[in-house]
Amino acid sequence: MDILYYLIQNMLPVAVALLLVALGGMFSERSGVINIALEGIMLFGAFIGCVFVFFIEKTPLKSQPQMILLLGMVVAALAGLLYSMLLSLAAINMKADQTIVGTALNMLVPAGVLLFSKMFFFSDGVTTNTNFYIRKIPLLGDIPVLGKLFFQNTYLTIYVGALLLVIATILFYKTSFGLHLRACGEHPHAADSVGINVYHMRYAGVGLSGILGGTGGFFYAVGIMNGNANGHTGVAGFGFLALAVMIFGQWKPLKILLAALFFAFLRTLAYSVALIPFLRALNINQTYYKMLPYVATMVVLAFTSKKSRAPKAEGIPYDKGMR
Amino acid sequence: MQNNNHAQKAFSIHKITKSKSFSAFTSALLAIFLGLVIGFIVMIIANPAKAFTGFQTVLFGGFSRLGNVFYFATPILMTGLAVGFAFKMGLFNIGASGQYTMGMFFALYVGFMWDLPDGIHWIACIIAGMIGGMMWGFIPGVFKALLNVNEVITSIMFNYIGMYLVDMMIQGNATMYVASTTRTAYLPTSAQIPSLGVRNSSVNVSIYIAIFIAIVLFIILNKTTFGYELKATGYNKHASKYAGMNGTRNIILTMVIAGGLAGLGGAFAILAPATIQGSSMTYEPINIIAANGFNGIAVALLGNSSPIGIIFSAVFISHIQRGGSLTSLYGYKPEIIDIVIAIIIYFSAFSMLMKSAASSFLRKNRKHVQSEDVDPRINSEGPALKTGVDLPDKEDMDDDVYITDVTDTSVPENHEIKNHGSGSEEDELMKHKGQDIKDSNPAEKEEV
Repeated sequence: MDILYYLIQNMLPVAVALLLVALGGMFSERSGVINIALEGIMLFGAFIGCVFVFFIEKTPLKSQPQMILLLGMVVAALAGLLYSMLLSLAAINMKADQTIVGTALNMLVPAGVLLFSKMFFFSDGVTTNTNFYIRKIPLLGDIPVLGKLFFQNTYLTIYVGALLLVIATILFYKTSFGLHLRACGEHPHAADSVGINVYHMRYAGVGLSGILGGTGGFFYAVGIMNGNANGHTGVAGFGFLALAVMIFGQWKPLKILLAALFFAFLRTLAYSVALIPFLRALNINQTYYKMLPYVATMVVLAFTSKKSRAPKAEGIPYDKGMR
Repeated sequence: MQNNNHAQKAFSIHKITKSKSFSAFTSALLAIFLGLVIGFIVMIIANPAKAFTGFQTVLFGGFSRLGNVFYFATPILMTGLAVGFAFKMGLFNIGASGQYTMGMFFALYVGFMWDLPDGIHWIACIIAGMIGGMMWGFIPGVFKALLNVNEVITSIMFNYIGMYLVDMMIQGNATMYVASTTRTAYLPTSAQIPSLGVRNSSVNVSIYIAIFIAIVLFIILNKTTFGYELKATGYNKHASKYAGMNGTRNIILTMVIAGGLAGLGGAFAILAPATIQGSSMTYEPINIIAANGFNGIAVALLGNSSPIGIIFSAVFISHIQRGGSLTSLYGYKPEIIDIVIAIIIYFSAFSMLMKSAASSFLRKNRKHVQSEDVDPRINSEGPALKTGVDLPDKEDMDDDVYITDVTDTSVPENHEIKNHGSGSEEDELMKHKGQDIKDSNPAEKEEV
């Protein structure tokens, strides 16, 4: 039982990073822009957020790590938003090929992070000392079972993530903004004909993916990398995994949540093999477990892609003149 | 691409500016220029005092290391071909990294574990590398062709799987891996590709092999039925299917060939002789995706996916990489070049826009006639006209071709059908080759 608690406690910070980034991808793709750049956006958010933490933890604020986390999150979200604008500019205004632009943006961040970290921090990235870890939340942590699952040995990120999921779902389904956004990804000309500005909606979609991607990247740095970000390992393909999560989740928020939990579980399992007697007894090289999330992605995609329903206008630059 | 049909006409600036390869060339130059300018700005931000000297080193430093420029150009030439060849088919082979790593591993394996006579051993290693890459290209190909899974996601996943797999297998093999140095051991001399004998450089015979392969690919693409089908599928997969081309087979075959090319790149990189006698190149398994695969994307885009263009762009990228690593003399880091490369890719993706900008710039000062018989649709569409593409002298050129050109630069997709009528079908295909990437979009969007 303790192992189960351990797995779930460790899974949630991973899941929340995947969830937020996949939700970001969903907003972008449902508005009609393929966002391969999520990996780069994540690392950019993670790095800028950690740099912010690095400087602010030297001020008197250092006694309140959770406050720093929230501020760092806002900074990371803004960084992600700014960076995603490079994609919007190219994909929406310049009508460039979205996959290639995304690849370029993914390559730009690690190079920039390495260059500046090597020159200013004399290492591959930025290392912070603030401890964001929460051993136990008072009161809530004492609830039997649930308290142990969700309110012990955890990070603030998972509650913020849950809140953002609720907000994103409401925004996506219950507001006219969400409806307009989805229309632009399905049939932009029809949307245009009823007075929706397709360019603006796509900017909004990509911008939201930047905000969520940057936040998710920072949460990755906090929850998985222990407050560090570096240019070599980056975010270890989480941006791409998030894309797979999004496809597996059929571009729908709640299904994305389930998919994110599934992938996070696999990854946590891979890194906790030594703690689980049953798996340890099998004596399989740990690298196989590390490959598991990627292999699972392939298997899942192989089974779901035939019937997957991607947004119809995704990847096609919108041109008013073409009907 | 000069238009052969009109070769008998006098040499004129229009001929050149309207040719596809010229506009590809100018847009590549524009992308390089912007990439270097932004790289320079980054250098100024990082360390203003030495920015100018550092930037000079980026530009010209490679000339002092010519041998190594060609050595490092070889693998990215191969990954560039791997990406570019798949582009022709409308596939984005982002998995060149994984294929490269696999090829490298297979080459290493044969190099260490098989005992072959001198003249044959390194050839066997190279072939093994090619087979390794082919395997890693085959899987995304099958996923794409049979299961309709987008090749971008598949090949990214296989980059990670391949990287973990190779690192694990190398670390688990006592012959290959030296635990004390955390790197692979030195390859036996018989497995090393013969050096060209340039002092202080690892340049070897493989650069000739790579250029030869590029030329063979050029011939395959332009002179064979397979190449024709490949490009046709790249433009419009539905039309090519309707015309009876076997899309499934072609997708798998393209990915296998692309994988083989990238695998060869990995083999060429690792089998090279080192500058110190008795040693060789080594590989350090530290769970990092091979950068050469991604640099191949830049090489392919700069070379406009044409095998011949890729030869030059590979040498260019390698040249600024060498220059970039020399900037460490001034306190900069080699990553500055990765930034420049990323920005070059970013602007290469604007190719349509860049092409029309470049040609409008070149034509700006030409006198023009707004003649009545110019097709009205030219006026009704085309941001290119608004931004100042002037109509050139009418007698200077063939009407048809001119219209083709304007529609080309301004309206990418739906109007292709109107362009038929000038040149052979082959020519027509070639005219559009700059749009491969663009045209591949509708094909891709079904799955992601």
